[in-house]
Amino acid sequence: MKVNGVEHPAPADPRRLLSDHLRHDLGLTGTHVGCEHGVCGCCTILLDGAPVRSCLMLAVQAEGHDVTTIEGLAAPGAPLHPVQQAFHECHGLQCGFCTPGFVMSVVGLLRSNPNPTPEEVDEGISGNLCRCTGYASIRRAVHRAAELSPK
Amino acid sequence: MKPPPFEYHAPASVDEACRLLGTLEDAKVLAGGQSLVPLLNFRLARPAHLVDINRIPDLARIYERDGGFAVQALARQADIEDSELVARVCPLLASAVRLVAHRVIRNRGTVCGSLAHADPASELPAVLLALGGRVTARSTRGDRVIAAADLFTSVMQTALTPDELLVEAWFPASPKQSAIAEESRRHGDFALAGAVRAGDRLALFGVAMTPVLADPKDPTRGLQPSGDLEASPAFRLHLVRVLTERVFAA
Repeated sequence: MKVNGVEHPAPADPRRLLSDHLRHDLGLTGTHVGCEHGVCGCCTILLDGAPVRSCLMLAVQAEGHDVTTIEGLAAPGAPLHPVQQAFHECHGLQCGFCTPGFVMSVVGLLRSNPNPTPEEVDEGISGNLCRCTGYASIRRAVHRAAELSPK
Repeated sequence: MKPPPFEYHAPASVDEACRLLGTLEDAKVLAGGQSLVPLLNFRLARPAHLVDINRIPDLARIYERDGGFAVQALARQADIEDSELVARVCPLLASAVRLVAHRVIRNRGTVCGSLAHADPASELPAVLLALGGRVTARSTRGDRVIAAADLFTSVMQTALTPDELLVEAWFPASPKQSAIAEESRRHGDFALAGAVRAGDRLALFGVAMTPVLADPKDPTRGLQPSGDLEASPAFRLHLVRVLTERVFAA
């Protein structure tokens, strides 16, 4: 499988979840693990460009596919990805635990819908839980990300 | 929260998948995995074998058939959501699929998987039942067509036998007057109760062991919904009356 553009062999153990494979085998700890049953959205990654839950996939299932994690959005030292920049500007986070999942969901949302309405933004982030912000600043960040994203 | 050990199989064709299902003891089909993998993570399911059908090519088509359309086993719920064919032929399914969890889940979850999983609170089985659709089950013994009315047998139980693979579901075109309504605590959660109208037919979900057909004029007759922390039986019956009114007003 390709992770952030680099080829990696799939793990030998078929019961390795993709989320655990990214964190423990590849050291990509930006993908967070919250509920491990698909509810919280913290482990959201892009699979062939579409956001999916990495805790609900076996790592072997990513064989032959392109995986993008939060680490793959912007290289160290390079300018932030527009969605990261927007979360930074709008303070779309407090503790930050849910943030990688939100960012990846929003990257996926804006790819399929570059100019979402407020309702579409709410729908787009409804699969991610944040226990700190009350979502207001996250909503603002999504709209700001839409402005910042190259059309 | 890690899946229990299992032996992993990734067949490259439907025939190979059917051969595996026909010979392995205690095997489960892995399609989108959005229900099965949580069950594995919680260790509520401990199958000895997983047959992952995701590497089978040409099994994700959505195509017109017999006045309705067919959905193959690997068509994702998001594909249904984005399908112009589904929007044109069966707007009821197009609106129902948007009530299934969240887009991130629908990017992986499959329609046929939802039907085979048969969660009583799930939307898609109720839509298939309301429309009078059917599924095709394949095994090394051949194909078997199962009508929606015969498919759902109990909570997460279907008429599929362990050696069968649900290869395709067929949905009729939705009648002009069709609607779905549900009540859930939060957007994308499992419904406390839901109602699907297809013309004069009414199917309910979340209020019995399976989705059930009901009389639109007396929708709660014979229903004995269970109660839990989120909704008492009486509240679920109340929801059935309100939601039925809503879908028939639509």
